[in-house]
Amino acid sequence: MKIKKFLYSQKVAPYVFVLPFILSFLLFWIYPLCSTVVMSFQDIGPAMTEWVGFKNYQKLLKDTTFHTAIINSFQYMVLTLVLLIPFPMLYAVLIDSRLVKAKGFWKACLYVPALTSVVISGTLFRLMFSEYQTGQLNVITSALGLGTFKWLKVKATGLFALVLVCCWRWTGVNMLYFISGLKSIDTALYESADIDGASATQKLRYITIPLLKPTIIYVLTISIYAGLSMFMESYMLWAGPDSPNNIGLTIVGYLYKRGITKNDLGYGSAIGLVLLAIALVINIVQLILNGTFKKEER
Amino acid sequence: MANKTSSSEEKMGMSTKNKILSVFATAWFAVLSFIIVFPLFAGLLASFRPGTELIRKGLSIDLDVSTMTLNNYLYLFSGNADSQKYFMWFKNSLILTFISVVGTLLICYLVAYGLSMYEYPLKNFLFFLVIATMMVPFEILILPLYKEMISLKLIDTTAGVVLPGLCGASTIFFFRQYMTGLPKELLDAGRIDGATEYGICFKIMMPITKPAFAAMSILCAMGAWNNVLWPMLVYRSADKFTLPIGLNTLLTPYGNNYDVLIAGSMFGIIPVFVVFLCFQKYFIEGMTAGAVKG
Repeated sequence: MKIKKFLYSQKVAPYVFVLPFILSFLLFWIYPLCSTVVMSFQDIGPAMTEWVGFKNYQKLLKDTTFHTAIINSFQYMVLTLVLLIPFPMLYAVLIDSRLVKAKGFWKACLYVPALTSVVISGTLFRLMFSEYQTGQLNVITSALGLGTFKWLKVKATGLFALVLVCCWRWTGVNMLYFISGLKSIDTALYESADIDGASATQKLRYITIPLLKPTIIYVLTISIYAGLSMFMESYMLWAGPDSPNNIGLTIVGYLYKRGITKNDLGYGSAIGLVLLAIALVINIVQLILNGTFKKEER
Repeated sequence: MANKTSSSEEKMGMSTKNKILSVFATAWFAVLSFIIVFPLFAGLLASFRPGTELIRKGLSIDLDVSTMTLNNYLYLFSGNADSQKYFMWFKNSLILTFISVVGTLLICYLVAYGLSMYEYPLKNFLFFLVIATMMVPFEILILPLYKEMISLKLIDTTAGVVLPGLCGASTIFFFRQYMTGLPKELLDAGRIDGATEYGICFKIMMPITKPAFAAMSILCAMGAWNNVLWPMLVYRSADKFTLPIGLNTLLTPYGNNYDVLIAGSMFGIIPVFVVFLCFQKYFIEGMTAGAVKG
């Protein structure tokens, strides 16, 4: 009886409600995070585990495959940022204006790719990037007089394929983020700007972009993370974690290859932690540059 | 780029310049939408042709109706071994999606309820922890989680797939956002009427949180239906594979099963597609919740 009364009191109830989160936090976040840190200092064999200090990290420094993976992930991330922030923002501004007809239909069309599993979209693009003359991309490039390419066998075109899949899947989603950001801007601001005789460009420069900043920062943050930890897209395009000369190898791809395929959990953990460090540093720098931590701006 | 047309202009109607701009802007979206829908359309056309053509030629638009057949789909529904396998994946995906959605929504609702309806010392700290979990990409945790699942004997079980994702930070975040806007007086009214804390949570507050449930259920369902990486690691036996994992196994270089692959891929999009068309509004609401406040 006493226990029941205790659990039903107003003081204890909130802790009962958040209990699942606390459990999940400890079991599926803190514990794996700590264990991956510990593993990164170990050499984990099938029979025994040995403490090796910084050896895994020292190996990473010299591991040229890992450098390739970092460069690939980095190039991919930068390209997706360049393509997936300004353009969706422009589209959002257009959709939000009165210039575009049948907005709902275009919005739905642009969103549709996000509904497909990466397995299905990856398969479709893998077949479209086929190196045969009849593959869709080769049909297009030969029609443009550029000849045919072995898309998934050369670094530049392979990266292009990855970025294209990414743009295809996320342009619509990012556009929707920006549209909802635009909706939250008070229309009175535009009205008073009109009274002051501001031009459309001035309104965009001095009202829309500054007030869209929280949305831009949000999209930037998730895109940095998604870009650096991309893996399944590359896995699907090359039908597995291996690609010719590692042209499609990403950091997480390398983590998968070493940690899962080769079952080297120690080395894989070190790769994961380097990725985490890179992601955190880039994001913190980005947030500081954008003034998120300054109190007065909020 | 007239972002908001002024009220004076509105009275006069669109100027000629705006009309031209409007035609161009609309045309641009038509082109863009065409490009974006194109791969799916190409896939749909290809699903009416023998899979061997995909191996030999790759995927390209071929509008020649005379060479199209329904054979792939007839094969998919024939009830033979391949067809049985496909619908087993389909069923597994449906079950996994259902369990994840019900579990995630219920748990996240309760956690968000605890984080928004009461005042207590640890509240802000706990919410900070929810946000902190978002700062680590899930991919980094796959190795230690995989090892943990083996030692917990949860490998190759649905529990192993679902449990780590039950407390989705963004779902908790969305529910909390929604619930902070609800009137707290309802809690006191409930208490006066003699309801317990849990009674209030389930019988009074849950019904009025329905719109948030709608938005989140669709988003969670889509996530679970399309999820690959983690289920692929946890499930080992072929009879437990979900649709994306199963389709992925068909993607062999020999391409002996591309008939099922292409027709099955197209058929597998249908459930999400139907849900999207029916609940488009909720989709967008749930997805963009975090973006405005940042």
